[in-house]
Amino acid sequence: MSGTPIEKMSGRGVYVAGNDIDTDRIIPARYLTCVTFDELGPALFYDVRFNEDGSSKDHILDDPRHAGAEILISDDNFGCGSSREHAPQAILRFGLKAVIADSFAEIFHGNCTTLGVPCVVMAFEERKELAELVGADPTLDIIIDLEHLQVICANKVFKISVKDSVREAFLNATYDPLDTLLAGRDAIDAVAARLGYSAIP
Amino acid sequence: MGKNLYQKVWDNHVVQQLDTGQYQLFIALHLIHEVTSPQAFGMLEDKKLKVAYPKRTFATVDHIIPTDSQVRPLADDMAEKMIQVLSDSTRAHGIEFFAPASGAQGIVHVVGPELGLTQPGMTICCGDSHTSTHGAFGCISLGIGTSQVRDVLASQTLAMDPLKVRRIRVEGQLQPGVTAKDVILHIIHILGVNGGVGFAYEYAGSVIDNMSMEERMTVCNMSIEGGARCGYVNPDATTYEYLRGRERVPGGDQFDQAVERWQGYASDFDAQYDDEVVIDANDIRPTVTWGVTPGQAISIEENLPDPDKVDGLERNLITDALDYMQLTGNQPIKGTKIDVAFIGSCTNGRLSDFQAVASVIKGRKVALHVRAIAVPGSEKVDKEVRKLGLHKVFEEAGFEWRLPGCSMCLAMNPDKLIGDEVCASSSNRNFIGRQGSPTGRTILMSPVMVAAAAIEGQVADAREVFNFTGEVA
Repeated sequence: MSGTPIEKMSGRGVYVAGNDIDTDRIIPARYLTCVTFDELGPALFYDVRFNEDGSSKDHILDDPRHAGAEILISDDNFGCGSSREHAPQAILRFGLKAVIADSFAEIFHGNCTTLGVPCVVMAFEERKELAELVGADPTLDIIIDLEHLQVICANKVFKISVKDSVREAFLNATYDPLDTLLAGRDAIDAVAARLGYSAIP
Repeated sequence: MGKNLYQKVWDNHVVQQLDTGQYQLFIALHLIHEVTSPQAFGMLEDKKLKVAYPKRTFATVDHIIPTDSQVRPLADDMAEKMIQVLSDSTRAHGIEFFAPASGAQGIVHVVGPELGLTQPGMTICCGDSHTSTHGAFGCISLGIGTSQVRDVLASQTLAMDPLKVRRIRVEGQLQPGVTAKDVILHIIHILGVNGGVGFAYEYAGSVIDNMSMEERMTVCNMSIEGGARCGYVNPDATTYEYLRGRERVPGGDQFDQAVERWQGYASDFDAQYDDEVVIDANDIRPTVTWGVTPGQAISIEENLPDPDKVDGLERNLITDALDYMQLTGNQPIKGTKIDVAFIGSCTNGRLSDFQAVASVIKGRKVALHVRAIAVPGSEKVDKEVRKLGLHKVFEEAGFEWRLPGCSMCLAMNPDKLIGDEVCASSSNRNFIGRQGSPTGRTILMSPVMVAAAAIEGQVADAREVFNFTGEVA
């Protein structure tokens, strides 16, 4: 399904600190027993947000000042570990629509892109400044501009980087590639025939 | 100028370049399981799409299947439902399903190779990050998300950017008691948990050349823990001998022709790489993790890192990890008390892993306070172990011998840590909460090191416990 082009988006931010935040932390494995992704929003970062008895650990995602935040900010190597698409699905269904970090793990990055959730890379010093701005004033609006590869917040411009092919996919609405892939059906069949891949004996 | 294996296999499977600049890549083998794939069938049905190449997808169950009893219906209703959805969907779409008790069920990355579905020169994907395991045969093998599982079911292709290739040469000879698991933990420690982002890892050098296929699978399996989505070893005589006679591998003249084709995929002697790292085998010791990422590892001879000796972010990372693990900096890791010992998983749940352990635990006993479980990676592994009577060796030593599945590697099934238990584990991830308890603590190590820890009741040096003086059995 090709969606609508994603050139620019804006929303308030929330900074979840930590390097190497893995997808087990983003969504613990016990929430993977599901046959659809619909109910995953409340399980986002569950064990970081709640004690085993269900009481709140007063995590920043549950801080009323950040209620309604739509842009997640984190540190280095965000989304490492398991390939579970449940992680970006939980992020999306929680109400977050983009992630800004120093770097991303590859499978997570790909899963986010397909769902139309931009993974935006920002250099450490700038990303740190952005997190501090948002921490001090959670009402600040963050504008992510994929066309001009910049983030604007509190009248400051932050440079960002997004992989060329991913940026292109957001701008021309092909981040969900299925229709494009299916359009190549004849070429697919030709490759399958050349490689003798019609069936496995 | 020659090409490396990654480039050859990539070129062979490219369908076309897409407008975004990405490539459409044909997938030779698609493996699916009950946790990340049922949703993809729902997506297909929503769009009224069919499976394009049903004979190129194979299904099994591994993540949620219990290892104590697999009697259906399972006690967990949702687990039962996920297996049922997979079973129904595969039947409706004409996909072969290796169901429990079929004789072929097991962890997806154990099943593919042992049946001979995994073959050199293939592009392989699965909704599981440890798909990198199959690279041991000289494949481009990639973990993917559920939407991509949908893409492969519907089109047998993926939209991909090509990766760069880093050759990692491990040269020299491993010391007695040092295993494939130690090699990969050492590599991840050196290159970092995100050092491989954007790269495929080509493992090479005399140590890799001398490894068995099962050892190569252990190494490739954990590529993703170093950030590399894909890791591979060039196919050679060891690869072909492993594949000869396997159920899904052609026989007779066709096998010889296949070998000729497979040989052509190996990296050329003058192939170019984007990066190269050389590791001296002599530097590798039995290695264990101490923190909450697979890169936070030290040799069994070393002391834990001292946060007071580093600054800034690094200091915070070390302090947080030590706090979570309830360990003190600058102390030995050896002697850390354990509660649970787990041998199994797609990293170390194959026949040779259990043979290596059986050969050292015979006549010994697991410490009284330790809960020890050994979980075969597949029904075939279980059958082989039983044929050799090795399950009895485990049971007599005080291990429970379980039914095949992912078990305590990710605890999506009843096998879980309780509270802040410490687990000596042959699996692949020591993330916070990974083994089923939000406060559980995991120490990754090789199967023989888990055995040593189980017997001593604390993290121990297998070389001392088992008097290794020569090659590990």
